[in-house]
Amino acid sequence: MALLRITSPHLTRSGNTGHVMFLVVLATLPGLTMLTYYFGWGNLINVVWATLIALTCEALVMLLRKRPVGFYLGDGSAVVTALLLGLALPPLAPWWLTLVAVSFAIIAAKHLYGGLGQNPFNPAMVGYALVLISFPIEMTSWLAPKALVTDIQPVMSFSETLYHIFPFLSAEPLVDAITMATPLDAFKHKGALMAEEFWSQEPILSPRSWAAWQFVSLGYLLGGAYLIYRKVFTWHAPVAMLGALLAMSLIFWSYDPSSFASPQMHLLGGATMLGAFFIVTDPVTSATSVRGRIYFGAGIGILIYLIRTWGKYPDAVAFAVLLMNFAAPLIDNYTQPRTYGHQSGRSS
Amino acid sequence: MSDKLWDFHGGIHPPENKTQSTQVPITTAPLPARLVIPLQQHIGQPAEPLVEIGDKVLKGQMICAANGYVSVAVHAPTSGTVVAITEHTVPHPSGLPDLCVIMDTDGREQWAERSPTPDYRDLERTELLDIIANAGIAGLGGAGFPAAVKLNPSQEVSIDILVINGAECEPYITADDMLMQERAAEIIQGIEIVIQLLGVKRCLIGIEANKPQAIAALEKYLLEHQLQQQIELVTIPVKYPSGGEKQLIRILTGREVPSGGIPADIGILCHNPGTCAAIYRAVVLGEPLISRIVTLTGAALASPGNLEVLFGTPVSELLAHCQLQEDKLDRLLMGGPMMGVALEDPSLPIVKTTNCIVASTRDELPQSGPEQACIRCGMCAEVCPATLLPQQLYWYAKSKEFDKALEHNLLDCIECGACSYVCPSNIPLVQYYRYAKGEIRAQEHEHTRSEHSRQRFEARKARQDQEAAEKEARRTQRAEAAATKKRSQSGATTDDAAATKAAVIQAALERAQAKKAGQQATAQDPGARDLKTTKPQPKQTEEPAGE
Amino acid sequence: MVAMSILPAILILLGLALVFGVILGFSAVRFKVDEDPIVEQIDDILPQTQCGQCGFPGCRPYAQSIANGEAINKCPPGGETTIHALADLLGKEFIPLDAEHGEEKAKTVAVIREQECIGCTKCIQACPVDAILGAAKLMHTVIADECTGCDLCVEPCPVDCIDMIPVQVGLSEWHWDKPSPTRLDRSALIATDATPEGQVA
Repeated sequence: MALLRITSPHLTRSGNTGHVMFLVVLATLPGLTMLTYYFGWGNLINVVWATLIALTCEALVMLLRKRPVGFYLGDGSAVVTALLLGLALPPLAPWWLTLVAVSFAIIAAKHLYGGLGQNPFNPAMVGYALVLISFPIEMTSWLAPKALVTDIQPVMSFSETLYHIFPFLSAEPLVDAITMATPLDAFKHKGALMAEEFWSQEPILSPRSWAAWQFVSLGYLLGGAYLIYRKVFTWHAPVAMLGALLAMSLIFWSYDPSSFASPQMHLLGGATMLGAFFIVTDPVTSATSVRGRIYFGAGIGILIYLIRTWGKYPDAVAFAVLLMNFAAPLIDNYTQPRTYGHQSGRSS
Repeated sequence: MSDKLWDFHGGIHPPENKTQSTQVPITTAPLPARLVIPLQQHIGQPAEPLVEIGDKVLKGQMICAANGYVSVAVHAPTSGTVVAITEHTVPHPSGLPDLCVIMDTDGREQWAERSPTPDYRDLERTELLDIIANAGIAGLGGAGFPAAVKLNPSQEVSIDILVINGAECEPYITADDMLMQERAAEIIQGIEIVIQLLGVKRCLIGIEANKPQAIAALEKYLLEHQLQQQIELVTIPVKYPSGGEKQLIRILTGREVPSGGIPADIGILCHNPGTCAAIYRAVVLGEPLISRIVTLTGAALASPGNLEVLFGTPVSELLAHCQLQEDKLDRLLMGGPMMGVALEDPSLPIVKTTNCIVASTRDELPQSGPEQACIRCGMCAEVCPATLLPQQLYWYAKSKEFDKALEHNLLDCIECGACSYVCPSNIPLVQYYRYAKGEIRAQEHEHTRSEHSRQRFEARKARQDQEAAEKEARRTQRAEAAATKKRSQSGATTDDAAATKAAVIQAALERAQAKKAGQQATAQDPGARDLKTTKPQPKQTEEPAGE
Repeated sequence: MVAMSILPAILILLGLALVFGVILGFSAVRFKVDEDPIVEQIDDILPQTQCGQCGFPGCRPYAQSIANGEAINKCPPGGETTIHALADLLGKEFIPLDAEHGEEKAKTVAVIREQECIGCTKCIQACPVDAILGAAKLMHTVIADECTGCDLCVEPCPVDCIDMIPVQVGLSEWHWDKPSPTRLDRSALIATDATPEGQVA
C-alpha cells in the first residue's frame, strides 16, 4: 500500500482534451454530410487528405521537439484543424493546395508559436488565408451544386473527384468539372445589376442551388447546437457574431435592398455558420471571459460584414477571425470579471 | 422562513457519495491504547505543554495552554500517562512532523473536575468567553480558528447576523449532517449561547437541500422551543462549494466579504454546527473539547459510518474499526475529495479540524491523467466561485509572474478545486495556485528578512566607523600631548613643575571632554565622525588623565 | 511693413512660450514625483546577506556599481529570482548566474560547535550583521534568526568549529512545489512543455 501525497482535489470529472476534440469532430458530420450530398465527394476526400497531412506534420514536429508523439496526437487538436480546412477549402481543391494550407497551419501557425494552447492565431484560418491570398483562382472556384448540375450532366463519381484532386493518379484525361463562383462571390461581382435582376439572372442562385448552400449552413448550425448542448463551448461568442452580422446586414439591407445582400444571404451563404460554431469558438485564440467572448464574437460579425461588403474578398470569415485574434488579449485585459469581494475587475 | 436566496458565480455538482456513511447512527470509537496529541490543531500559535513525561493526567485536564491570544488550549482526551513530548507526523499536506504530546490511556476514563454552568444566562460576556477559551474550542469546520477569538470581534464592527454553516457541500462528508440529525438540541443551545455573546438579532442556519433529516430534526427542536423567530432555518440548493464561508454568506445574505477581509467586516459571523455543540458542552456541561464526530467512508471500508472520536486517535485504528480492506485501499484522505489532504502515513492522529477520513479505491478516485496543454477552454472560469480567471492565474503561476497573478486576484482563490475538477487537460490548477501563493509569501518573508539584515549591517557599519573615528581622535590627542610636553620640556627648563602639571591635566581634561562630546554627537547622529571640531568646555573636575 | 506684420506674431509666440514655460516649470516643481534613486531600488532587490561573493564589500556597494553598469548576475544568494527582478527593474535581458561568483545554494545558517569554540572573537568580527554573540575567551554562539548564511564567519575560525547547516523547512514555511509533469508516477511519464527552462523548443 503506497499512499501518495498529492494535492487536492482528488476528484476530477471524466473527459479530457481529446474527448472535447472528438465531440467537435462529431459535430461537423451534419455539415460534411450536406457538403458531400450537394457537392460530391470532394470535401470528404479533402478532409481525409488534410487529416493525413496534419497528423504527419504534428508527428514530425513532435519528433523534432523530442516530445512523445502518441501523447500529443491523442489530444486531437491537429485533426480538428485539418477537418476545418478540409471543410473550408473548395471541393476540388488540388492536393497541393490542401498540403500547403494544412502544413502551414500546423507547422507555422501552431508549432512555431509553441504548440497547442500557445498559438495566438487560429491555425486553420492562417492556413486558409495563406492559400486564399496565394492561389485566388483555385480558391474561388467551387463545384456547382448537384441540384444544378444534374440537369446538365451527372454528378461526379468518387473516382472522378479523386482524380481531379490527385491528377497524377489517373492516366486518363480528366472529365471537366463544372465550377462556378460561390453565391457571395457572384453577388459581389454582379456589377451594376440590381439585386432583383441578379437573382433572376444568375443560375447559381436559382432556388434549388441556393438551397444547397443553405442546407450546408444549417448542417453546421445543427452541429454547433449539439456542441452547445454538450457544453463544449458557451453560446456567447457564436450568438454575438451571428447577431452582429444579422444586425449589420439588416440595417443596410433595409436601407437599400437592391444593392446590399440580404441577411439571409449573409447568414446562410458562405462560411458564416462554419465560422460561428467551429472557428469563433476556438478557445485558444479567442477571448477568455464571457463578456470578452461576446465582444470577440461581435467584432468578428461586424468585420465580416465590412469586408464582404466593401473589401476585396467575397467571404471574410478567415480575415475577420484573424483580425480579432489580434485583439483578443486586449479584450481579455479589459473584460476581467469582478472577483468576489472586489468592487471592480482588476485589483491595482 | 427566509424570503430570498442569492446565488454565487460558478460551482460544480460532483457525485455526492454521502449515503454510504449515513446508514448507521453515530457510534463511539473504541478507546485506543495510545493517543498522539499535536500541540497545534488550530490556526495561530502552537499551544505550550503544561505536563511532563510521566505525568498522570485526567480526562479533560488541560495539558497544553494557549500561547498568546490567537491560540487554543489542548486537553487530555482521556485519563492516562504522558509518555513522550516529541515530534510525530501530523495531518498536514507537507507530511512533516510537529511537536505532539503522546500519552498511554489507562482505560478508566477518569474525569478531571468539571464546572458546569447551566445558568449561563447570568454570566458576564468575559466570563463566557473565558469558559470557551479554556475549553480549547477551535472551529470544527475545517480551518480551526480559535472560537473564543472569533466570538470577541473588535469593537469597531457591529455584528448583526450569525450564520451557522451546515451546508456541508463537500462530497462524502456527513459529520455535520449526522450531528444535526442526532444532536439538534446541543447545536441549538450552543447557538443560543453564541447569540447571547454577540447580541445579534438574526441567526441563519444554512443547510443544503440534500439533508432533509437534519433539517427536520433542527426544525422540530426550534418549533418545540419557540425559537423559529430568532433562528431561521434556510434550505439552500445543492452546489459545491456553497459551504465555503464566503459563498454561504453570499447565498444567505447577498453580502460579499471584501477581498482580504473577514466576515465581521460586513457584520457577519460564521460558525460550524459542531463548534456550537462544543460551546454548549463547554458552558453547560463544563466539558472541554476532547472529541468530535468524524465520517469514515470510502469504498475500501466495509462498514463506513460516523464515529465520535477522541483527539489523538491514530487514523489506522479507526480504519481497522471500520474494517478496512487493505488490498483495495488506494488513497487515504483527511477531509473530502475536493479539499482534503492526502495522507501518506495512517498512524497520524485525528485532530480538531478532522471531519472526514476517506479510504478510497482506485476506481473510486482514479488518478488524473498526465497534464496536457491548456486550451483556454474557459471551463475553469465558468465554475470558479470567486469569479477569477483560473487559466490566466495558471499561466502566470507557471511562468512565475507572481505580480501579474496578484493583479488577477490570486489571493482571493479559496482553493476549492472546482477548476481542477472540470479541467479537460488534467492540469493540477489548485497546486499551481498553492505554489504561487507559497512563493509570494516566501518572497515577502525574504524581503522583510533582508530589510532587517540591511538595518543590522548598517548599524554595524556605523558603529565601526564611530570606533575608528574615536581611535583616530585619541591618536591625534596623544600626538598633541606629546608635542606639548616636548615643547614645555625643551622651551622652558626653568619653569616650575606646577605649570607642567597643569598643562598635562588640561590636556587630559580636553581629551575627556572630546570623548564625551563625541559620544553625545554619535548618539544623536551615528554617522558623525568629525570629533575634532567639537568644542571642549572647561569643567572643574579632578579626573585623572587616563592615558 | 513686413517687420510690422511679423512683430505681433513673434510677440504672441514669445508670450506663449513664456506662459507654457511657466506652466511647465511650475508643474515640474509642484507635481514632482519622489522616486527612489535607482541605487535604493537595486539595493532593495539584493538579498542583503552582505556576503561579498559578488566581489564588492556588501550589497550596497554592489547596488551602486550595478547602477553604474556592472553585470546583474553576480549575486549567488539572490540567484535567479534576483536576476529576474533586476532585469525587470533595469530593462535588461535576463542572464544566468555568473558561476565565477558561486552557485545558488539552499539557504543555510551558521552553527558553532560550542564545545570546540576557543572564544577568539574572530567570527564575531567577521559577521556582517552582528549575528554572533560572545566575548573573548568565552564560548560564542550564532543567533540563528539573524544569520544570513553568508559563510563569512567560516573562514576566520582558527579551529573550524562553524558549520553551515541548511535551513530546515518547518510546517509554517512549507508550501506546495510547482507541479511537475511527472507528478503521479513514473509510468505516466510524459514530457510536456514544462521541461527544464532555457531549453526552448
